[in-house]
Amino acid sequence: MNEIFELQYALDTFYFLICGALVMWMAAGFAMLEAGLVRSKNTTEILTKNIALFAVACTMYMVSGYAIMYGGDYFLSTITGDGATGAEDPATYAPSADFYFQVVFVATAMSIVSGSVAERMKLWAFLAFAVVMTGFIYPMEGSWTWGGNPVFGMYTLGDLGFSDFAGSGIVHMAGASAALAGVLLLGARKGKYGADGSINAIPGANLPMATLGTFILWLGWFGFNGGSVLATASVESANAVAVVFMNTNAAASGGLIGAMLVARILFGKADLTMALNGALAGLVAITAEPSTPTALQATLFGAMGGVLVVFSIVTLDKMKIDDPVGAISVHGVVGLLGLLLVPITNDGSSFSGQLIGAATIFVWVFGASYVVWSILKAVMGIRVSEEEEFSGVDISECGMEAYPEFVSSKS
Amino acid sequence: MKMITAVIKPFKLDEVREALGELGVSGVTVTEVKGFGRQKGHTELYRGAEYVVDFLPKVKVEIALDDPMVDGAVEAITKAAATGKIGDGKIFISQLDDAIRIRTGETGPEAI
Repeated sequence: MNEIFELQYALDTFYFLICGALVMWMAAGFAMLEAGLVRSKNTTEILTKNIALFAVACTMYMVSGYAIMYGGDYFLSTITGDGATGAEDPATYAPSADFYFQVVFVATAMSIVSGSVAERMKLWAFLAFAVVMTGFIYPMEGSWTWGGNPVFGMYTLGDLGFSDFAGSGIVHMAGASAALAGVLLLGARKGKYGADGSINAIPGANLPMATLGTFILWLGWFGFNGGSVLATASVESANAVAVVFMNTNAAASGGLIGAMLVARILFGKADLTMALNGALAGLVAITAEPSTPTALQATLFGAMGGVLVVFSIVTLDKMKIDDPVGAISVHGVVGLLGLLLVPITNDGSSFSGQLIGAATIFVWVFGASYVVWSILKAVMGIRVSEEEEFSGVDISECGMEAYPEFVSSKS
Repeated sequence: MKMITAVIKPFKLDEVREALGELGVSGVTVTEVKGFGRQKGHTELYRGAEYVVDFLPKVKVEIALDDPMVDGAVEAITKAAATGKIGDGKIFISQLDDAIRIRTGETGPEAI
């Protein structure tokens, strides 16, 4: 019996770690997607932001984030050891595997912000925000949801029927809320909106890269949702994992088809960038509950996300909210949709609970982010100068181009 | 000697090169360029927003020729690059004062 338990412990821990590694790889997906959808003069800087925010997120979640969200000690000083014995709540995986799986989610939430503020935000202001977001803002709302703590001692979301399986709201909408606050204070890219009210397109420089990024995110999402089952070493949990994988894939497919058809009808052409956003919207839509829908329901939920995201992107553009990669629409608007779809298939949740949860996450993350962005704006400025924006933030922020030409080898 | 500068549609470059090769033209310089003429630009759509492409891609072919070959070359380029539609391009002919082959130091028509 003991040997079987040890095998289960080893398998669940191993599964947790592999899923965490898949989610870590989503950071690469975001980096490629964002690098593909900005202009080539801003490539080095967006790549720097993406890989640096990952390191900042991991460090800050180690310092304070995990302790705020799930209890325990700052700096993870007591996390090593055995999850099965000695713990108040015995688990079938190692505690440090849980930290690893949680930390890559924080990085995902932060990755969402970088795309929205691309091409005009100062690198160091962004990283300063990342410190607060990953060390405090995200862990606070995480503690009220997955952590099970009451919101400032007032009410407990779990008791109200709030359910967010892998984080449509907790991760994706939270990231988008922080992004929206940043974009509102930052303003649009120069040239995006004409003085006469016209909306100008600023085409991305590298669509192969954006497509590869989307494929990477799609792959990583199996870890994101699949790992959120938290176990695989029993018939019951193995079945759940398989359903989650199936539904995650179905929703992404539905989302892409939905967005592509809508773009074709609205614009007359198959807009690849909308199709890519559609796949991600499908994934975000199913993330709140990938374990209870049927495969057909998952496809339809994904398609709803894909259709919604196109209209959301066009609407935000009309409102002059400049989001170069569509992250606020994909993760925020569709994240909310994902939360609201949960009660359809999951009896353990309620619409009122989902609405209160969504409002709690949005008000907290948007409000706290707005304050932090405002302080950064007053203290160090969050936007590069007009001349720096024109010549590209690669040179002004990083001092190097992504694709240098006419460079002499002489020193 | 004359310098022929032809601005043509990019997909016609191979045919122009072949036509010039048949005439015995021994060298050309090709540059990818952008510009506008009567064809003007066109509008494209990205994520639901229109944008105008003011300058269209063309290929510029530069050929230095001795006077007797000029008429034949112009005819060959005109024939090979024409589609009959707007945007076929233009041929400019200008006086060429001298030419020097760097390797040997030859000058004038021998250097072409």
